[in-house]
Amino acid sequence: MTLASLLATPSELTDTASSKCAIVLMTRIRLARNLAGKSFPGWAKEKERNAILAACRDAVSATTQMKRSVSTTVDDLSDLEKQILVERHLISRELSGAKSGAGVIISKDQAFSVMINEEDHLRIQTMRAGFQLKKTWNAINDLDSALEDKLDYAFSPTLGYLTACPTNLGTGMRASAMMHLPALVISSQMEKVVRAVNQLGMVVRGLFGEGSDASGSIFQISNQTTLGESEEDIIKRLGSVLNSIIEHEVNARARLMENEASKLSDKIGRAYGILQNCHLLSSGEAMNLLSLVRLGIDLGMFPDDSRGVIDRLFIEAQPGHIQHTTKHDLESNERDTLRAEKLRTEFASFSKPNFSHNSQN
Amino acid sequence: MASPLKCDLCTKPATVHLTQIVNNKVHKVDLCEACAQAKGVTDPSGFSLADLLLKASLTPEATVAEGLRCEHCGFTQTDFKKHGRFGCPHCYDTFKGMIEPMLDNMHKGTTHTGKVPHKALDRKLLTDRLSKLEGNLDDAIKSERYEDAARFRDEIHQVKQTFGQKLTS
Ligand SMILES: [Zn+2]
Ligand SMILES: [Zn+2]
Repeated sequence: MTLASLLATPSELTDTASSKCAIVLMTRIRLARNLAGKSFPGWAKEKERNAILAACRDAVSATTQMKRSVSTTVDDLSDLEKQILVERHLISRELSGAKSGAGVIISKDQAFSVMINEEDHLRIQTMRAGFQLKKTWNAINDLDSALEDKLDYAFSPTLGYLTACPTNLGTGMRASAMMHLPALVISSQMEKVVRAVNQLGMVVRGLFGEGSDASGSIFQISNQTTLGESEEDIIKRLGSVLNSIIEHEVNARARLMENEASKLSDKIGRAYGILQNCHLLSSGEAMNLLSLVRLGIDLGMFPDDSRGVIDRLFIEAQPGHIQHTTKHDLESNERDTLRAEKLRTEFASFSKPNFSHNSQN
Repeated sequence: MASPLKCDLCTKPATVHLTQIVNNKVHKVDLCEACAQAKGVTDPSGFSLADLLLKASLTPEATVAEGLRCEHCGFTQTDFKKHGRFGCPHCYDTFKGMIEPMLDNMHKGTTHTGKVPHKALDRKLLTDRLSKLEGNLDDAIKSERYEDAARFRDEIHQVKQTFGQKLTS
């Protein structure tokens, strides 16, 4: 299959049927692996990088998980294609800027992707919609074991999987969840949450935009340390942190509904109005408006099955995806026009908010 | 020592000298005024040596690993200071003395307790064994020790059989 057909298929994230969980949008796990006796990608000479790329591509493509997949080198990707893959969380920004001899293999359903010669020889990734730590771990564990049949991993009995950066040593695992936390943001509790989560050895990052800017109130929470604990223990610990964040978000929502119901309904109603009528929309503003409508869905103001539409639009309103809908190169203000047009069309048929059962639920 | 100490983070002369005990090991840092300011060293509550450990080449007191070089990939300690990444898996052996104290601060523990790539490790064990036996066989033939050669040939045959089983299981 080709990259074009992959981009035309909905991703695991934009699959509306699976978008059941209100607060955790997606679970993702990645494993860092390297080949024994080979220089790490950042230090290897071009010839060695190319040889590693070839060996890894063969091994990855031969797995059952990658039976139907797209395999490409970074050199063969256009800037726009790279951007779209980054927006879909299928490759990292680092890979998209990698020197030659780097590549990626992505399964058709986009649940699996394996980056080659990013910071490590292999960065294996699995994504699942919703809160699915166990399932995601089982899926990636299987793919990793299948690769182990063909590749000699660099491994030390005491230090575990050896990685280019010592911060990834041991399990080489980064498990994360993408969470929608609008009530914690609206009630200014996010900073407190970030501090508490940090103390538990987990990291919180805003998902959209650079650094900690969190447009759309979407955050990624992941484990910080990788050595000294088994994968299962890390996942268990992350799971309990996520559950307690969910609890705080639910409580914050209840408190907003109790004390500031009209203020909240006003925000959500206005977001809906803007999405139906806007003519210029930046991606940051789009994220924030979509986030409010999504909160409205969770609070019963819109039908439950419209959540999938919002989750799809979170991705499709990103700059690369907007550019992809047209042939000619867009200036940023043209992109804002096109984004507004797209969202206007989508929201023309989106059901009207129902604020009647505001006091309860 | 006649020459003044250099800053661990840049090359300017160091004016701030710190000692901190982490997990019973003494760590020393020497910093210039600017780096000390930038790292918040002047604010004792906000300062943690752990933050400095990755980029600065800290060495526990006795081991001075200056000039160490990975024989596999040519990576040096200066390279690590610059990139914060290692050159190859073997570097973890080469720079053991430097990396071990860092791990205490960086991770939850210092020993791996997670997944082990058993199949890959068994395979490596077997291939190593095989290449050693093949070397022995060559030597035996060259020096006309034919009894030894026969024994090595049998062993090679055995290892290959296990090898085949391992790969298909
Ligand atoms: Zn300095
Ligand atoms: Zn090395």
